Amino acid sequence: MIGIADYGSGNLFNVKNALDFLGFQSEICADERGLREADKIILPGVGAFPDAMRMLRAKGLERVICEEARRKPLLGICLGMQILFEVGYEFEKTSGLGLIEGYADKLVAPGMKIPHMGWNDVELVHPCPLTEGTNAGDMVYFVHSYKAVTDERNVNLSAFYGESVPALVSRGNVYGAQFHPEKSGRAGLNILRNFAKL
Amino acid sequence: MLAKRIIPCLDVRDGKVVKGVNFVGIREVGDPVECAIEYAEQGADEIVFLDITATHEGRGIMVDTVRRTAKNVFVPLTVGGGIRTTDDFRELLMAGADKVSVNSAAVHNPSLISEAARRFGSQCVVLAIDAKKTTTVTEEDDPLCGRSRYNVFTEGGRRDSGLDAARWAKKGESLGAGEILLTSMDADGTKAGFDTEMLNAVCEAVHIPVIASGGGGDLASFARLFLETKADAALAASVFHYGEYTVDDIKETLAESGIPARRLLRDSVRERA
Repeated sequence: MIGIADYGSGNLFNVKNALDFLGFQSEICADERGLREADKIILPGVGAFPDAMRMLRAKGLERVICEEARRKPLLGICLGMQILFEVGYEFEKTSGLGLIEGYADKLVAPGMKIPHMGWNDVELVHPCPLTEGTNAGDMVYFVHSYKAVTDERNVNLSAFYGESVPALVSRGNVYGAQFHPEKSGRAGLNILRNFAKL
Repeated sequence: MLAKRIIPCLDVRDGKVVKGVNFVGIREVGDPVECAIEYAEQGADEIVFLDITATHEGRGIMVDTVRRTAKNVFVPLTVGGGIRTTDDFRELLMAGADKVSVNSAAVHNPSLISEAARRFGSQCVVLAIDAKKTTTVTEEDDPLCGRSRYNVFTEGGRRDSGLDAARWAKKGESLGAGEILLTSMDADGTKAGFDTEMLNAVCEAVHIPVIASGGGGDLASFARLFLETKADAALAASVFHYGEYTVDDIKETLAESGIPARRLLRDSVRERA
């Protein structure tokens, strides 16, 4: 069973819809028990970095996710990916989960519209189990104004939008997608399926 | 590179697609869910449902339609029509919509935009603007002097609000709208091409994405739109419904003109043809 962490942030149902469609069992988990029992955890997220961390802490889920991430695969999506890093600079400096080295900072993208919204092609930087079946040039759906800044060896897929933007990152069992795999058509479903099959 | 988006729009009333839809192989003709699946298969980058239901019951049916669509379609889904409150937003977002568009209610109550943006995030607030050419700006001290004036109309195009389209778009952006869906009432239904002059006026005024609507005709009209304006996406309805061509046919034309577009594997599209 895949536990989808519900901490009051974002569209959990569409992640669940995609997993249902692919035939994988999942459960929306608002408390510790479900996340402890799950084989894998998905951490969605829409909104701002400080609010997300505050809500995770308020629900007592920060520690649970960090502990479980040592035992089972974890996938953060969009803001859920950004909070995997050590620090975020949205509005104010906020500590993240610290599961991957690096931080989340404003998109610079000179001359481009912010937020980065729409379908962007990705480039394969370092293949990982989640990128199996993804080809350079495949397009996925992004909506974000902040991006991850991390060592290149943690980057599996990147997108170019006025600057290089990490699209899929990983460190061991911990994965993060800046785009929305649940809204990225077949290319996105393929990545979700790869995660569910880990 | 960011792709230019092609967005089919479905008018839905009481759970049925209103304009005739002419697809082969659909189980239930006129079912918005089946149509949305078909469009996604053709490579639609997003789907828009416009709820033209007037009744309270119809609203419930729409929410159910959105819920069923979200279980089967994995590209962004925008729902608009009759949205008046942030609770309307909430109901549709909870059902699986990714974005909600507001039109007349935002003109009457602009704080709806800021409240929805604060509550759910700008990314899901689309400001829909129906506009039409009225006069030419003649005031010499106006920076827009000599250009056409485009007024915003509400209530399905029945009422002139007196607002200037570009200024209203800019105001919407400052209130927190994440996108502008701009329909040219002059071009709508003509299939004579998009209203590039009006689009340029609005695209110059805002930094958020602008979706062009009204006037989509032959395949070349879509390429012209993206070559002549900074629009980020094109929305069309009848050209798709009547099966004149598929979403991917448009993208093939865009690709030939060097415009970035998301193409699905040719084989999978051909299989269904």
